[in-house]
Amino acid sequence: MRFKDVFSIIGPSMVGPSSSHTAGAVRLGRTARHALGALPERAEIIFYGSFAATYRGHGTDLAMIAGLLNYDTDDMRIRDAYDLAKDAGMEVDVRSAQKVGVHPNTATMILQRGEHRIFVTGSSIGGGNIEIVSIDDFDVKFTAIYPTLLIFHADRRGILAEMMDIFKHADANIGYMEVDRKSRSGDALTVIESDEILDCEFIGRIAEISDVYRVRLIHLTAKGDSI
Amino acid sequence: MRFTNLEQLIRLCEEESVTIGQLMMTEQAAETGKLAQQVIEQMAAYYEIMKEAVHKGIESDAKPRSGLTGGDARRVHSYLHNGVPSLGAESCTAMAYALAVSEINASMGRVIATPTAGSCGIIPGVFVSSQERFGWSDAYMVQGLFSAGAIGYVIANNSFVSGAEGGCQAEIGSAIGMAAGALVELRGGTPEQAVHAVGLALKNTLGLICDPVAGLVEIPCIVRNGFGAVTAMAAADMALSGIKSVIPSDEVIDVMLEVGSAMPEKHRETALGGLAQTPTGRKMMKELYANEEG
Repeated sequence: MRFKDVFSIIGPSMVGPSSSHTAGAVRLGRTARHALGALPERAEIIFYGSFAATYRGHGTDLAMIAGLLNYDTDDMRIRDAYDLAKDAGMEVDVRSAQKVGVHPNTATMILQRGEHRIFVTGSSIGGGNIEIVSIDDFDVKFTAIYPTLLIFHADRRGILAEMMDIFKHADANIGYMEVDRKSRSGDALTVIESDEILDCEFIGRIAEISDVYRVRLIHLTAKGDSI
Repeated sequence: MRFTNLEQLIRLCEEESVTIGQLMMTEQAAETGKLAQQVIEQMAAYYEIMKEAVHKGIESDAKPRSGLTGGDARRVHSYLHNGVPSLGAESCTAMAYALAVSEINASMGRVIATPTAGSCGIIPGVFVSSQERFGWSDAYMVQGLFSAGAIGYVIANNSFVSGAEGGCQAEIGSAIGMAAGALVELRGGTPEQAVHAVGLALKNTLGLICDPVAGLVEIPCIVRNGFGAVTAMAAADMALSGIKSVIPSDEVIDVMLEVGSAMPEKHRETALGGLAQTPTGRKMMKELYANEEG
């Protein structure tokens, strides 16, 4: 099911004018920020399809920048996002490009902070709902409706079992999970959507598994700047 | 959720002797592991925002940044109080309220996407005007929102709710279907009648393209919200009077998917066709973006 619950239909509470081009864009930006794990120093936003054709009218650029600043969809500061990004020390570059075979409302965000750089591509599928389709060169497919863990690790025998063990001991349920690897024994990304709110201690335990490079939590229902 | 189509939804409601709204509320709580009270509170908070948008839109002059639209809700509202609208006062009020919320949305005010922001005026227009007219409580309206949500959930998962994917039929059309079905239930109709209202309403918007001038959610989106509120009430009345959707509503939803999938890209929220590419539409776009860059 693309749409999971009643509040993906009635909702979100949002600042207009477009649920797909404004609210969805806020969520895409916020998801990318959580995937980076901090406020980017530099953000490059590339719009495709209908996003590219109409982003200025819908404030899609403002919305995505607001998301990168970790604002929620109904934050009245969205309209001032360019100025607020400047104040926060985030340099932003917005452009349009062609890309075939993607959903009509798609954007790629390239975020940088210090040594860290991440590529996040996602689509806004309607009513403010989103689907992330790639992170760096990994193919993924998640909605960010639930607390979602991104675990970057090496492709090693038994590593998934070690992760599952930590979930089991924390009595945390997994609603959805996927693994993509660049090559056998190469880099891999595991995405796990959980029903439970995952705390720092839990994330720390996952991060301690050998061959796990880093762990990020995407949690869009959390308010404020906790991540 | 235990249902994926409207037929299953009716059957569950009949078996358990509950309304669509009550069923959706318990399903939502079960699905998200929350208490019924928590999901009711969230929906109640959303209804407050809807009412606030209606009142703001009627009382203030919400002006979108583009300067292309604004003031339509107030126009209809004062016409209603000074003249004799052809529609009758009740439908005219619903229309004014729907325009009001849609104008708040266009001016980057706060709304609830139902199911989208482009169609955010229809449900508040129908709900808030009906609440005033029939004296219903907020708690009762919240049940109605769960009912609308259940209908939208089925439409969204079997077809689409974004103009970029399926044209305006997917946004305005879905919202009219949701409002119509919910209104039937609020007025005491059966789940079966509510579902007939959905099919009746959707058939009236099949094929509607998404062709916003300059890509903005203003022309023709705002007036389509006004029309949408009135059409939802018409569909509800048809269903309550006993008219059935001869083609079952689930099959009508499939048609919306078929029609939307065949729609050219220029008619799916790209501003590359339809009203957006009329001589006037093009002129507006040119002026707007010239101003922005200058």
